[in-house]
Amino acid sequence: MSHPIKPRLNVAALRILIAAACLSLASCGGNHSALNPAGPQSERIGNLWWLLFTVSVIVFVLVVAFMLYGAYRSRRRNNAATDENAERRMARAVSIAVAVTVVTLFGLLVASVLTGRAISPPPSGDFLTIKITGHQWWWEVEYEDPVASQRVTTANEIHIPTGQTVMLKLTSHDVIHSFWVPSLHGKKDLIPDHEIITTIQADAPGTFRGQCAEFCGHQHAHMAFFIIAEPPDQFQAWLENQRKPSVQPADQLQARGQQVFLTKSCVLCHTIQGTPAGAHVGPNLTHVASRQTIAAGTIPFAHDSLARWVVDSQSVKPGNRMPQNMLSPEELQALLAYLESLK
Amino acid sequence: MNVESATVTTDDVRAREERERAILERTWASPPGLWGWLTTTNHKSIARRYIITAFIFFLLGGIEAAVIRLQLSRPENRILGPDLYDQFFSMHGTTMMFLFAVPIMEALGLYFVPLMIGTRNVALPRLNAFGYYVYLIGGVMIYVAFILNIGVDTGWFSYVPLSGPQYSPGKRVDFWAQMITFTEIAAIVGGIEIIVTAFKQRVPGMSLNRIPIYVWAMIITSFMVLFAMPAVMLSSSMLATDRLISTHFFNPAEGGDPMLWQHLFWFFGHPEVYIIFIPATGLVSTMLPSFTRRPTFGYLALVLSLVATGFIGFGLWVHHMFATDVPQLGQSFFTAASMMIAIPSGIQIFCWLASLWSGKVRFATPMLFILGFIALFVLGGLTGVMLAAVPLDLQVHDTFFVVAHFHYVLIGGAVFPLFGAFYYWFPKWTGRMLSERVGKWNFWLLFIGFNLTFFPMHQLGLQGMPRRVYTYQEGTGWANLNALASIGAVIIATSVVIFIANVLWSCRNGLAAGNNPWESDTLEWDTQSPPPPYNFVFPPTVNSRTPMWTRTADTPVVTGLRSECREVLLTNPLDAEPDRRYEMPGPSIWPLMLALGVGVTFIVVIFTPWGIPIGGTLCAIALIGWFWSGNRPEPNLPGQTREPLEDEL
Repeated sequence: MSHPIKPRLNVAALRILIAAACLSLASCGGNHSALNPAGPQSERIGNLWWLLFTVSVIVFVLVVAFMLYGAYRSRRRNNAATDENAERRMARAVSIAVAVTVVTLFGLLVASVLTGRAISPPPSGDFLTIKITGHQWWWEVEYEDPVASQRVTTANEIHIPTGQTVMLKLTSHDVIHSFWVPSLHGKKDLIPDHEIITTIQADAPGTFRGQCAEFCGHQHAHMAFFIIAEPPDQFQAWLENQRKPSVQPADQLQARGQQVFLTKSCVLCHTIQGTPAGAHVGPNLTHVASRQTIAAGTIPFAHDSLARWVVDSQSVKPGNRMPQNMLSPEELQALLAYLESLK
Repeated sequence: MNVESATVTTDDVRAREERERAILERTWASPPGLWGWLTTTNHKSIARRYIITAFIFFLLGGIEAAVIRLQLSRPENRILGPDLYDQFFSMHGTTMMFLFAVPIMEALGLYFVPLMIGTRNVALPRLNAFGYYVYLIGGVMIYVAFILNIGVDTGWFSYVPLSGPQYSPGKRVDFWAQMITFTEIAAIVGGIEIIVTAFKQRVPGMSLNRIPIYVWAMIITSFMVLFAMPAVMLSSSMLATDRLISTHFFNPAEGGDPMLWQHLFWFFGHPEVYIIFIPATGLVSTMLPSFTRRPTFGYLALVLSLVATGFIGFGLWVHHMFATDVPQLGQSFFTAASMMIAIPSGIQIFCWLASLWSGKVRFATPMLFILGFIALFVLGGLTGVMLAAVPLDLQVHDTFFVVAHFHYVLIGGAVFPLFGAFYYWFPKWTGRMLSERVGKWNFWLLFIGFNLTFFPMHQLGLQGMPRRVYTYQEGTGWANLNALASIGAVIIATSVVIFIANVLWSCRNGLAAGNNPWESDTLEWDTQSPPPPYNFVFPPTVNSRTPMWTRTADTPVVTGLRSECREVLLTNPLDAEPDRRYEMPGPSIWPLMLALGVGVTFIVVIFTPWGIPIGGTLCAIALIGWFWSGNRPEPNLPGQTREPLEDEL
């Protein structure tokens, strides 16, 4: 019975090895991969990953090789070799293997603790501080400033300056969410009534995708965000623009749009600074046209998708908190024109 | 006193055996018909129902998994909406953890522990029946809810506040919370059964250092059950009261804390993994001798490893919570503990390799599953070490990497040994062998399908795919690996269908097995296949760890137990010296009645607090009935007393 087994077992082992090799080679995902680090924190974690990966491959190959060879070589004998000498040799081999395991694990523990220290937030310092609040199913982003009027509130897109440590204060408005930008850092949870602090840093300009990583209800799948790392002067310019109140309507259509916004249900949930709209249920729309996506990274900020979102958001992101809005075509076009002007 | 040498002539022995057998058949038979079916307290009947029920839940959980893979096979799939998908993945996790994995492990223990230690029934047989019925009611209840579109949709660990009254209105989570309590009552009952049976009913000679490793594994598992399950029953009950009568254990607005739920849940949830895994390692250690033709290498090391795992398993629950605000020092402690648990697991693996290395390996189907188990479990263990490292865990926690990891540990580490054990013990259950040829197809398809499905998930997680998403967007780059995983799922399903076909076919047409088809070393192979209700005519005594291999014609057997009533021999816990004879209770309807009373209580309170007085009354009636029957005078068959038996010794 054992004859056909051997080659097949070897094929299985080979397959696993090939798969392991693929994993190591194909580790070049997009802009949201833990294997594609873009900041010092994710870089340190990446190094730890490769250390653990290498050790694991070695251990796995050794164990499977011993197992298969052990099973294979026993075919030559007629009986189990259980005399005292053989048992003693086995005991010695097992003891050595256990000792090696213990030493290896200790080494990994040290590596893990050192990495953990390196990536933990520094105790103090003058950092750009951003407060991020999780909502079902979007991210509220608030740039802190000692001067209240200088604070900036936006949603789902977080601009940061490159080469600087940025401190994030994470909390939640409703259920537990988790903030995760694999290219920059590991995840941290957003827990109601708790404030968790973490720091991130991007070394070079770029856009990094992140996504909620703790199951938070029906639209957990569509709760993405973007970190947009820009050179410091560019970031400063962006921040200055965000601090301004919204632009005033430039033409009649936009003015009509603003009127629609303020008289329909929009105003019940959203804020547009510089207008009477000041509710905090949904995302702040003061500079919504400066963002690239809507609905937490679900659809692009473009005329058609915005129209669909405003009128029937439930077909885009079923279960989200935005109601369906009954607007006449004229009202809708005016509203879109107004929203698109909010750079 | 109850042990004698079988040195009389074989004819005498045989004649006496037949006489005894006839009496035992009468004594231990269940009443005929449906009544007998409902009242039986035979551990094999109960365990067999347990195994079949758990396997049906395994199939249901598997169907849910298949639907999940169908939904995720391509980006922006709309076969399921988020509402239905959330119910499917929550039911999948809930089913596999609460209704399949733990129950089937305990069920195997309830079937085989008494046989392996040479006794006639589990201790407390009516409690055993009660445990099964409670489990059945809990499982059926949550599936009825699921069919009625009130299936749980908050995941198998249902974090608050999402599962709290504010964010999960309706009855979905209530059914789930009550189901937890049901199944954990059953689990605790099973644990108590196994501990008492294993410590008090071993045959003479089976001192602590001769207990089969599988029985050791079940003892340690049972102790873990006793300490872990109350934590989750407490938390599920607190959740139920938060939802039903507005307590605020987990409500931050009223001074509660959602982190309390996570600590309580994972204080159960992590040991839970070992509650599933330790019996599986016990299965491997106990099957290996038959397929390496030597006693398992390193008995003491294996047993101590299991004990160590049992202890350390309670010290690493926080590694599920590294992304919360656990302080640095605390993180390091739990990292160290999580890595430390790799040591006992490593010892076990090295001991098994040593058995292979020095044994004469026979590549039967159970052995293939053991080899597959070792490879997959090592891989799952290694990713486990990765997850123990906090910085790396922060990256891959709650992603498909973790999904891959725990399926390697739970399917590779527990389901593979289970399939091996099915092939190994099927002849004992039915008297017929499963087809070896089909078994090899079963193994290879499962092995290949499993790796196709779950290996790519490691990479999906590293590439940023969170778990529990009902779909993913086009540009994420996750489509190909997801499609591959879904193809793998089809192969797994094929393999399971082949297994079922093999079972159905072999039940009728399998080769006759005989008492000990694998030439195994443990006592369950000493009796007929399938075993009679009383297990052994004369329970054998043992003088080594491999009793079936070292017995001789004059190895003593146990006599002197009364055959006309359900009597078992109690021995002392350490050396298994005969202690006293004990009469087991017979069939009773009250375990079922009490389970129904408990069921009414838990289900009605979901809708009205009146459930407590109503259900409490029903339970009180059932309990009165239960203990009343215990005071009936002992059945004394005419013409037979205990004296002659004593004289015989």
